[in-house]
Amino acid sequence: MSVRRDAKEKTMTTNPNQGRSFISDCMRWSLSGGIGFKIYIIALLAVMAVGAFSYTRQFQEGLIITGMSDIVSWGLYISNFTFFVGVAAAAVMLILPAYMLKDKDLHEVVIIGECVAVGALVMCLMFITVDMGGPLKVWHMIPGIGLFNWPSSILTWDMLVLNGYLALNSLVPLYILYCNYHNREPVGWKYKPFVFLSIFWAVSIHMTTAFLYQGLPARPFWNNPLLGPRFLASAFAAGPAVIMVVLIAIKQNTKYSVDEQIFLKLKRIIVVSAVINLLMLFSEVFKEFYTFTHHSLSAQYLFFGLEGHNSLVPWIWTAISLNIIGTLLFAFDPTKGNPRYLMVAAISLFTGIWIEKGFGLIIPGFVPSPMGEVVDYAPTSNEILITLGVLATGALVVTMLIKPALAVLLKYKEAKAKILK
Amino acid sequence: MNSSKKKEGMMKPENGEKKISRRSFIKGLSIAAAAGSAGLVTGGCGSLGNTEEMGLKWEEYFKKNYRLMSQKEKDETVARLVRLAKMKDDRDIQMSNAEPRENVLYGYAFNISRCKGYMDCVEACVQENNLDRKSKTQYIRLFEMDSGQLDPTSGDGKYHHEVPVADKFYMGVQCYHCENAPCIKACPTKATWREPDGIVVVDYDWCIGCRYCLAACPYWGRRFNWGTPEVPEEEINRKQHYLGNRMRMKGVMEKCTFCVQRTRQGKLPACAEACPTGSRVFGNLLDPDSEIRFVLKNKKVFRFKEELGTDPKFWYFMD
Repeated sequence: MSVRRDAKEKTMTTNPNQGRSFISDCMRWSLSGGIGFKIYIIALLAVMAVGAFSYTRQFQEGLIITGMSDIVSWGLYISNFTFFVGVAAAAVMLILPAYMLKDKDLHEVVIIGECVAVGALVMCLMFITVDMGGPLKVWHMIPGIGLFNWPSSILTWDMLVLNGYLALNSLVPLYILYCNYHNREPVGWKYKPFVFLSIFWAVSIHMTTAFLYQGLPARPFWNNPLLGPRFLASAFAAGPAVIMVVLIAIKQNTKYSVDEQIFLKLKRIIVVSAVINLLMLFSEVFKEFYTFTHHSLSAQYLFFGLEGHNSLVPWIWTAISLNIIGTLLFAFDPTKGNPRYLMVAAISLFTGIWIEKGFGLIIPGFVPSPMGEVVDYAPTSNEILITLGVLATGALVVTMLIKPALAVLLKYKEAKAKILK
Repeated sequence: MNSSKKKEGMMKPENGEKKISRRSFIKGLSIAAAAGSAGLVTGGCGSLGNTEEMGLKWEEYFKKNYRLMSQKEKDETVARLVRLAKMKDDRDIQMSNAEPRENVLYGYAFNISRCKGYMDCVEACVQENNLDRKSKTQYIRLFEMDSGQLDPTSGDGKYHHEVPVADKFYMGVQCYHCENAPCIKACPTKATWREPDGIVVVDYDWCIGCRYCLAACPYWGRRFNWGTPEVPEEEINRKQHYLGNRMRMKGVMEKCTFCVQRTRQGKLPACAEACPTGSRVFGNLLDPDSEIRFVLKNKKVFRFKEELGTDPKFWYFMD
């Protein structure tokens, strides 16, 4: 069956075959591309395969082949999980201005932000799964069949909000694209309530993830009321920075035009969030070191090392440097939005926050242990390969979602322009 | 096809076979396999024995959380585990599922002025509870302390020399069986809970291995099985309890259970029995004549990290 459609077909139609052709068209658009694109996809698939192979080893032997121990019992997986929850939540920084403040420029790219959020959420759920001691027993968490410790356990809250946000961020863009594919304007009341819900939901996924740590009196480094707000501030800097990199890649590699204004607006969002994030960082550091207590030992371990254990020290100072450099590059942009310049700024900012929100937050929470042990943690190669596999899966998901989304949007734009003529 | 017709068709009784859910189908299949082969297995038929093992494993996989099981289901799972131990490792074990005793709330007190740091308690605990020898898992830790300090985190938990040492005292640390336990609150699947006799237990078969309870425990009272635990066959304690010292698998949490397999039979925990100095006092807090009540009433008593409000059932005291 031919899937090509001409201008005559743009009126409303109830032909059930159209649903099927939407899917097949989208799949075709996801997979088609030049030689560079094919190499990119093959590279991602290769990394995923290596990750999957490494995971089978971990599945058979247990988490013993990771660098984690009874003292540092969460490592690279949960670190990455924490960071990518932030990236997922950051889609709200496009959704909020686009829908609530009716910003036309950001409306153009809001779907791309949502695709990035879906990819980030897929990674989050995968990171949690690979971190589990008994992944086959995960059905114990399903309410009804299993036993769900709700509302007591914050982990159950996190599960709910992450899956809910995944649903919201998949279904709303799907509906909009489906309408656009059929050259229809989406009907406001059918999706806008969910858009507004997703705005609150985005905040909730990151706050809940912060509460996962913040609620533990056993870990003074996390048991800090600034943790949640700071998660948001850093996420609203790092997330749009990731989205900006994706947009620059789109602008340079596809026919889809991304307006200069969009970069400038994203830049403003990033600068404000990044500055608030730095202020909160300063506040945390002040609290830990001005009056040094036993509860500051984790911060001591992180920033300066403790009892000769200083594996995190170079990481955290690199992270803070990148964080400050990224913020300054965005704040004092002499090129006024040159994509190459912004690319450098965005990468340095999100790398800085990635290290800080990952390694720099999770590991020192465990060191020293409640019994005073100081132990270093380093991920094993197997653990790193699994992590890379998950990251590659996320990148693949984002690519596979963005390509058909852009194709639909482009066609819809062209069709609209024709009508206007 | 008309969807309403489709639904009607599904509900027709002659399609009843298709309606059986996957879970009950598998369960039925496994029971049939188990029943069919059980008689032959005793006759020494290897391949059918594997079928029975598969069946038992399926049933184990789909069983409920221990707390939700009826007494019959509890007995069945214990019987299955005993059978599986025989089939898999040719090991004869006795597994109890003894319930908490009436009017009992266990409490523990540790005499810091008596303990000399001999570590007999640690050794007894490892033996009694089938703790992993490969990773040297220990529920109890003894900290060698300098005078002037009362926080084990400032002591030496890895001392390796002859004891006792002059001017040092010793502080034993283990799961405190908190009344308001952060680990229980944290667990997403209710795989850990506090029994009516005050023992905080883990359903090993229900734990998904997320380790959130480990992060939540302010006393480092929980241990994770990063790999499959190993105990030499001749050293395995065959008197086991479902919630206690039965063999654990990889990827699950475990912890001190006040030796539930012993204490519910009226015995002392292995550590208290093994202690050569009598520093460890264990008993029923609800019994006014118990030694533990005497200690709490007449000695100078304190709790570790009391400010967290976890209300541990474990006290330290001095003579």
